[in-house]
Amino acid sequence: MHIVVCIKQVPDSAQIRVHPVHNTIMRQGVPTIINPYDLFALEEALRLRDRLGGAVTVLTMGPPMAEDSLRKALTFGADRAVLLTDRFFAGSDTLATSYALSMAIQKIGESWGTPDVVFTGKQTIDGDTAQVGPGIARRLGLNQLTYVSAIGAVDLAARTIEVSRRAEGGVQELATRLPALITVLEGTSEIRRGRLADALRAARAEVTVWNAAQAGITEMTKCGLRGSPTVVKNVFAPKGRATKASLLDTREKTPGELAEAMMARIFDALPGIEGDLLAHAAQY
Amino acid sequence: MSLEVFDAIVIGAGPAGNAAAYTLAKSGLKVLQLERGEYAGSKNVQGAILYADALEKLMPDFREDAPLERHIVEQRMWMMDDNSHTGMHYRSDSFNEEKPNRYTIIRSQFDRWFNRRVREAGAVVLCETTVTELLKDTNGRVIGVKTDRHGDAILADVVILAEGVNGLVGQRAGLRQELQPAHVALAVKEMHFLPEEVIAARFNLKGDEGVVIEAMGTITKGMVGTAFLYTNRESISVGIGCMVQDLAENRVSSSALLEAFKAHPSIRSLLEGSEVREYAAHLIPEGGYKAVPQLYGEGWLVVGDAAHFVNAVHREGSNLAMTSGRIAAETVVWLKRRREACSAENLAEYRRRLEASFVMKDLKKYRGIPALLHRNKHFLDLYPRIASRAAQIWLRVDGVDKRSKEGEIVRDLRAARGWRGLVGDAFKVARAWR
Amino acid sequence: MSGTAHAGGSRAGMRKELPEHFKAYRHVWVFMEYEHGAIHPVSLELLGEGRKLADRLGGELAGVALGGDHGQMIEVANAAFAHGADVTYITAEPVLAHYRNEPYTRAMTELVNTYKPEILLLGATVLGRDLAGSVATTLLTGLTADCTELAIDAERSLAATRPTFGGSLLCTIHTLNVRPQMATVRPRVMSMPKADPQRTGRIVEHRLDLREEDIVTKVLRFLPDRDSNKAQLAYADIVVAGGLGLRSAENFQLVRNLAEVLGGEWGGSRPLVQKGWITADRQIGQTGRTIRPRLYIAAGISGAIQHRVGVEGADLIVAINTDPTAPIFDFAHLGIVADATEFLPILTDTFRKRLSVNRLAG
Ligand SMILES: Cc1cc2nc3c(=O)[nH]c(=O)nc-3n(C[C@H](O)[C@H](O)[C@H](O)COP(=O)(O)OP(=O)(O)OC[C@H]3O[C@@H](n4cnc5c(N)ncnc54)[C@H](O)[C@@H]3O)c2cc1C
Ligand SMILES: Cc1cc2nc3c(=O)[nH]c(=O)nc-3n(C[C@H](O)[C@H](O)[C@H](O)COP(=O)(O)OP(=O)(O)OC[C@H]3O[C@@H](n4cnc5c(N)ncnc54)[C@H](O)[C@@H]3O)c2cc1C
Repeated sequence: MHIVVCIKQVPDSAQIRVHPVHNTIMRQGVPTIINPYDLFALEEALRLRDRLGGAVTVLTMGPPMAEDSLRKALTFGADRAVLLTDRFFAGSDTLATSYALSMAIQKIGESWGTPDVVFTGKQTIDGDTAQVGPGIARRLGLNQLTYVSAIGAVDLAARTIEVSRRAEGGVQELATRLPALITVLEGTSEIRRGRLADALRAARAEVTVWNAAQAGITEMTKCGLRGSPTVVKNVFAPKGRATKASLLDTREKTPGELAEAMMARIFDALPGIEGDLLAHAAQY
Repeated sequence: MSLEVFDAIVIGAGPAGNAAAYTLAKSGLKVLQLERGEYAGSKNVQGAILYADALEKLMPDFREDAPLERHIVEQRMWMMDDNSHTGMHYRSDSFNEEKPNRYTIIRSQFDRWFNRRVREAGAVVLCETTVTELLKDTNGRVIGVKTDRHGDAILADVVILAEGVNGLVGQRAGLRQELQPAHVALAVKEMHFLPEEVIAARFNLKGDEGVVIEAMGTITKGMVGTAFLYTNRESISVGIGCMVQDLAENRVSSSALLEAFKAHPSIRSLLEGSEVREYAAHLIPEGGYKAVPQLYGEGWLVVGDAAHFVNAVHREGSNLAMTSGRIAAETVVWLKRRREACSAENLAEYRRRLEASFVMKDLKKYRGIPALLHRNKHFLDLYPRIASRAAQIWLRVDGVDKRSKEGEIVRDLRAARGWRGLVGDAFKVARAWR
Repeated sequence: MSGTAHAGGSRAGMRKELPEHFKAYRHVWVFMEYEHGAIHPVSLELLGEGRKLADRLGGELAGVALGGDHGQMIEVANAAFAHGADVTYITAEPVLAHYRNEPYTRAMTELVNTYKPEILLLGATVLGRDLAGSVATTLLTGLTADCTELAIDAERSLAATRPTFGGSLLCTIHTLNVRPQMATVRPRVMSMPKADPQRTGRIVEHRLDLREEDIVTKVLRFLPDRDSNKAQLAYADIVVAGGLGLRSAENFQLVRNLAEVLGGEWGGSRPLVQKGWITADRQIGQTGRTIRPRLYIAAGISGAIQHRVGVEGADLIVAINTDPTAPIFDFAHLGIVADATEFLPILTDTFRKRLSVNRLAG
């Protein structure tokens, strides 16, 4: 089976700094990582391939530097990597991104066989929108399975797949047909550590690099800023909580008194919670 | 039972390993480079000075795309006491040359870039892969390495150890001794982020110009060590380092020293309003010439910090690392061309070439310095105080005539060290400097 | 490159004339999320916010009720009216009995194309996000996810503000030249409007021509969370969590004990998952659960940004940490500098006593 996994290189948000005057992102020295959610998708894809045979192609759209993430994905055990990079893509929002990626997936299909499943992470940590996956599904007419926590039976001959997905208030078990698009819920399986042989292969592998034309994209009005209906008008730093935590004064108090004081402060701050707690306690 | 055989394996992707792997790959050898960090530079202390010459010898065009921060136009050398500094500043417009000689860099970015060039030159680079042990044949010859990844060993005709100061692989294989507390300094460093224009204004800089401050004195509390401050584009690197032995004897933590340094009135205002990111501690091999271990053996060579190639007096390390890496690689290439084995006897050529280069010459020149400073702590404590007092006396206009002021300064000096002490100090320094 | 945020916005301030066919788009819509017999509270919260937007625009506020049972949809409509809606669009068809992307996307896009709203709001729940993405792509319009603030600017355009870069920044996003303008909002971000049961409104019924045979995806089963041992962190009212400061897996039991006495859920920071002290579904933070409880108690957690973004929605954050400079005290409301392994058992006891004493008294 042929599986495509879309990954994204993102700045490590833990290390982002904001320019104190201009409120712009200061990227200098901020390392990039593979979007952590995408690693869950990649691991699920690798497991599926290990189970059913076939190949995993990783795809990313981004600056030339994003090749690093692809190489890393190969080290984990992916079979092939495609970098979609073109200055026309700069400023893409989710709609334009899903357009470019879906065109590239089509091209991947023409080059190495139509994918049976396309994976994406649940969302990215920089954009955080969770829309690129559904966008790709719509554009390519793939059956959309979001927030998948487990992949069940897959029948390649009958072209069916069963998954468990997170739904409101529970887990939904769905059956659908291939080809499908799966966005993977976080916390499913940690990414594996690639074997030495995989790492060596990855270090030598050629990453396929496509610009827009090479990916078969001709309608440039659907790409980048021009293809993005949304526009960011203003970026600003959040107002920090004005006051820091009010700390209980621990001097000359017994731990018991402190616990009493804390409980009282909690009940003060959240009127009504005491009643709820009592109601709960009454049930037990 | 093994995956495959390489001409050479390089352990580490710091400046030494990169220089070695680059030179080998450029010469068409089949090279594997192994780095334990997520990427080259990810484990390295941030912010440093790059001496262009060593890199230029490898890659004349490096300025085209290397991530350089600022070229240095001004050097400040400060002797500090508790609330002042006496110093020498040198600034020259002639440093604004077409090919500047010194740059500030951010190591994580620089090493990553350098490593990409290594890969482009044709080396196979594996990151997140730690070499756990050297593989030896029954005669004790090094024939390859084992890693922490699942899989077999990898073989090579020669292994170049560029694993940095800790050098665990070499130690485990018995190629060299454990680090001596008297031979290593512990440096701590922080990056202070500030907008580019604030840095330019604070240090009187335009464009890519940069400043370096090197400081010694009471800031190290009488221990052997120095502090520094470099300007990067959008950040300032500050750090301080002391010999590990001194820190242990005085029960002082280097982070406490750094806090005190940052709080010093001469430094505090330079860092004001900055956002601190990335605190890093790292060892520097400062034992000098006498601490240099065995540099080669059957099937192996050692380069860079792992070989103790640091010139502590001039704060040079990465240039010695690159140069030793290049020379080691050139030696291997030379042997390969002559179809000769990488035996200890043949690899001795590496040491001969090093002796002829500035690396060994400089280390030899300063071989007396570490011991000198260790035995004469007053150099770093007393003299800065005296200098500061002298400046105070000299600059204050208070009705005292200048001759009396001169007399007071001289009396101060003599009271502190006595004539014999002063002459002795001058003599010691001159001898160590020779 | 993807994501809605392309900061810097070289087009910021640029606005072409809205194409003629979009000028007819009017009014504010809120998707009424209804599953397993209940309206998701976020939909009611959105009605409160939608009301303000509609008033600013001088338009109507509408609810959209999709489901399998007509009677239930009427109830949904009544709730929508009570919370501020003027109109409710109802599509009740058997294929909509349980949420599935395909028929819901069809139903929603058909309604939009027929009745042309200016703004469409959905809850940023798993259902809302699943639906919003495919509806927006089908309509080829812009969508701003996880908004924390909605406003109308001087040019009648929706200004949707949301966090970006893991919460380090906020950005305001506009949808140019296309309608409807879509946005999702997380539960508990907007306040719940007061219900007025007397309020009524207009109902618009719309049929959907879609048969079960035409739908590829089938629901095999639904396993409600309450029947499983799964953590229900996201919806818990009270969450107690521990971090590395607890020092051992055994000590983590102290967190569970307090959670149990409070009838809450328990969770932890990411390192605990990596150490195997807790399972991944208990991880709180950026790569784990986002929680919005009324009360969040964090014991031995430093408060790294990735943790912070997952808990900031809590009404009251209480931190127990030995380090007075720990970042968690920068965003907690209430704190104590104490050893959690000592303080937690005492706090647990204090609550336990109070709750049982009061029960006897009552
Ligand atoms: C605070 C400080 C400031 C300094 N400032 C300067 C300066 O301004 N200018 C200057 O020229 N020098 C400076 N130096 C010295 C300079 O950093 C070093 O001399 C130089 O980095 C040495 O290069 P190297 O390649 O030998 O070692 P390193 O840079 O330490 O690289 C060693 C590499 O090997 C990897 N490695 C180690 N073990 C293994 C293993 N078992 N398997 C795989 N990989 C492994 C490590 O991850 C690392 O990437 C400074 C040092 C410090 C600590
Ligand atoms: C991409 C990415 C995603 C991440 N996602 C998440 C995420 O979703 N969730 C998450 O939590 N983390 C996440 N992290 C990790 C995060 O950066 C922090 O490392 C982590 O939250 C720290 O966990 P901690 O607070 O338990 O441990 P530490 O940071 O080690 O803090 C322990 C705290 O306990 C205190 N302490 C010590 N002893 C005691 C005692 N006896 N009593 C009381 N207090 C004590 C200490 O003062 C300290 O503040 C992520 C990191 C990355 C890079």
